[in-house]
Formats: sequence, structure tokens, C-alpha cells
Amino acid sequence: MSATRVWVRHNLGERLLRYTLWLAMVASLVWAIRSIEIIPEFLADAPEQMADLLIRMWPPDLAHYYPSVHAAMIETLHIASLGTLLGVALALPVALLAARNICRNAALNTLAQLILVSSRSVNSLVWALIFVAVFGPGPAAGTFAIAFRSVGFVGKLLAEAVEESTPGPLEALEASGAPWGHRMLKGVWPQVQPAFWGVALFRWDINVRESAVLGLVGAGGIGVVLDDAINFFQWQRVATILLAILVVVLIAEVLVTRVRARLL
Amino acid sequence: MTPILRIQGLEKSYTPGKPVLRGINLEIAAEGITAVIGPSGTGKSTLLRCINRLVEPSAGAIWMGDVNLAGLRGRSLRAARRRIGMVFQEYNLVERLSVMENVLTGRLGYVPLWRAWLRKYPPADIERAFTLLDAVGLPDQTTRRADALSGGQRQRVGIARALMQSPALLLADEPTSSLDPKTAVEVMELMARLTGEVGVPVIVNMHNVELARRFANRIIGMTGGEVVFDGPPEALEDHHLHQIYGGEGWL
Repeated sequence: MSATRVWVRHNLGERLLRYTLWLAMVASLVWAIRSIEIIPEFLADAPEQMADLLIRMWPPDLAHYYPSVHAAMIETLHIASLGTLLGVALALPVALLAARNICRNAALNTLAQLILVSSRSVNSLVWALIFVAVFGPGPAAGTFAIAFRSVGFVGKLLAEAVEESTPGPLEALEASGAPWGHRMLKGVWPQVQPAFWGVALFRWDINVRESAVLGLVGAGGIGVVLDDAINFFQWQRVATILLAILVVVLIAEVLVTRVRARLL
Repeated sequence: MTPILRIQGLEKSYTPGKPVLRGINLEIAAEGITAVIGPSGTGKSTLLRCINRLVEPSAGAIWMGDVNLAGLRGRSLRAARRRIGMVFQEYNLVERLSVMENVLTGRLGYVPLWRAWLRKYPPADIERAFTLLDAVGLPDQTTRRADALSGGQRQRVGIARALMQSPALLLADEPTSSLDPKTAVEVMELMARLTGEVGVPVIVNMHNVELARRFANRIIGMTGGEVVFDGPPEALEDHHLHQIYGGEGWL
């Protein structure tokens, strides 16, 4: 009796928009591929080169691991851990300033966001270059590079966790006459605690990987040993170092994943 | 008996030109339960929240003794809030803290920060928290986390937390609206008994007219941001309810 009604998911405007977006994606992909300039000669003998490198690396000079690589590895872990600790400490106040439900001042929110974005937009290696200029080469520069790179990451995720906390408990504490510090401690902290430990551990995991390369610019850790070995063409030692980094990163990954699973 | 609260010409508008409270004048006695009834969005909650300043009044005065609550700031506002307990519809407990610690948060206006941080609450406070948890019927739940409790149990903790302040006045914002009918009565009975024992006056917002009649000794009917009924439960008749809520079919 009634005419068949037709149901369409998108109207004409939405469909046009979707086609345009697809077109834009394909166009940018083609543009990107054209701009990376693959040199055919290099590509042609790449398998040969790789095979050559691997043959030089084999067998890894495992005897070289102790003591020099080992000491550098421990130094790397120290840089990662201390850097994470310092970064988290610096990130805490910035995160509170960035969280709109805690800090009601829009100018301070923006300032905090700016700090977080600048920290993240500078790569660890660039931070390391800056701090090598400040402290001279060595693990101090590496630690500060890791810390300053971590501030943005930890601060952003922490600020988001704070903003997602439910306002009810905080309101209840405010109604009972609790001062600001008490409200943060008993109203906000219990709510963000799981996220906080998760983020801190995740960042430590990332920092273990990042601090392995900081030595390339002289900021201490296993990267220094790696750089030396490469410069002296000691490929078997290079293999040992790469293996050591792989093992440590794997252990860190497993450890952090397990602890985080228990936290959340 | 001098009233605990004198509200004079209280007005509130969240957006200019759209007042939620239009000049409320009330005196609240220093004892007994006052129930505020009225349809949703009529300003009951706003009225309650103006008293402890979770909401900023636009105009008017709220006298508690010789202090105008509407004019307080900072430290003196916190000092006034310490004397006003509040119970919420959604309980507003800190979910990840234990029942005991939730009750102890009622003392945060008094306890120094370092004590709260190290959980070294004064022994007298802990003793009192135990007593209150016995009184609300949760003696065995002290170490459970708040998010493990049922709705009724949570509201009992909420009441214990508010009484932990040793308040001079208790505000309850729809304390039973999230509970089933039986639990709602039990929670109201508990609140009436415990506040009656220590002689703390209560202002409670409610949807449930029957519950208000049963427990309150004064009912304030609000509609459109104004008080349209004020009297004992016996005086509340159908034509008043018609005026407060509008319509008749539901009566």
C-alpha cells in the first residue's frame, strides 16, 4: 500500500566529501612515492651489501660483551630510569596546569599545552645535542635529554587522565571544606593513579629504547660503544651490541606489559 | 529557637535573563527534616548548592548564624563548609579508596595535608569513623573498596562521611533517587535517625512525595524557581501538588 521507502546511509554532500577525501589520500600517496627518490643502482646491489654486512657480523663477538658493553648497557638503563623519573616529576605540575577541570585559567592551560607540545616536537637526539652543549658529552646530557622528551608524552597523557576523572568525588570533598591540596590528593590522585603508573612504565619502556641511540651524539650509554665499534669497522662487536640492545628491549617490554596488565 | 539558616532574596541564573531561582526567602529551623519537592529543573538542587556554594548565588544572602555564606571566600568559605555536610544522589564516593578512607575524607577540612597523605589520621577520627560505620550498618565493610559496594551501601558510606564532619547542617540532594524503593526507605530512616540523635537539621531534595511526607516535618514545594508551598506534611493536599507539578492525571 505504501511506497517502498529507501534508506541511504549518507546524503549527497556526505558522499561527495567521502569521495574527495579518498581522492586526496590517493593523491598524497602518489606524491609521496614520487618524492622519495629511490636510486636504482643502490637498490640493485642492496642484497649483496646486506649479505656482506651480515657475514662480517657473524659470529657475534660475545666475549666483547663483558665488561665494556655491559658497563655501557647498565649506564643506558640508568639514563632511561633517571630520565623517566625526572621527566615524570617535571610533567606532574604541567599536567595539572594543562587539565581544564583543575586549572580554570585558559592562559595557563595554553601555556602548559605549549610546554608539552614543544617537549614532544623535539626529538630525543636533538634534546641530547642541546644538553651535550650544556653539560658536555656524557650520561648527564642523556638523562636530561630523556627527561625533557618525556615531559610532553607523560604530561599530555596525564592531563587527559585528570580531565577524564569524574567530578563527583571532587565536588564532595570541596563541599566538606577540604583545601586544594587535600582535594588533589584524595579526590584526583586515586582516580588517575592507574593511568599514572601505566604511563610512567610505558615511558620507561620507550626511554630504554631511545637512550640506546643517544650515544651516537655523545650523550652516554650503549650508543657510544656502538658508534665506536661502527667507526672502527668491528662488525662482530656491533652485532654483540645490537643483540644486547634487542635482549634488553625485549625484557623491558615483557616486564612493563605484565605490570601494566595488573595495574589497569 | 533561632533558625540555623535564613535565606533572603536568593536568586540564581546560570545564563543572564533565565533565572533558576527567583527570590527565595526561607528560614530553616535548627532541628528536624525539611523536604524540598518539585519537578525536575525547578531549582531544588541549585538552592541546595547555593547554600554550600558549590553554585555561586547571583543575588541574595544566606545567613548561618551571623555569617553570610553568600559572601565568603577562601579560608572562611572552607571553614563554613566544614560545618555543612552533604549527601549526593550519585554518592560521590572516591571509588578506588576503601570505605574507611572515604569516611575519613569527611575530616579533610581539619586534618593537615601530611597526615592525609601518610594516612596518619588522628586516632580520635578513626575511632569516630568506626562508630559511624557501625551506626550506618557497615561494620564489616571497612576495608572494602567503595566501588565494590551496592548502591544502598554506598549511600550509607555517604551519610557516614557527611556526619564525620560533625556538621551543624546536613544537605541531601536527591539521596534516594538512585535507590530501589525499599533501600530508599531504609536510607531515609537511617538518615532521619542518625541526624535526630545528634540534633542536626536536614534539608533534603526529593522527587518522591510519599517519602517526603513520611520523613519530613516540613515540606517546601517549589515550581519555576519559586516557593509555592511551605508547611507541615499534613497540610500538603492534592491542589498543592497540582500547583507544584501541574496536571492532575497522575494524582
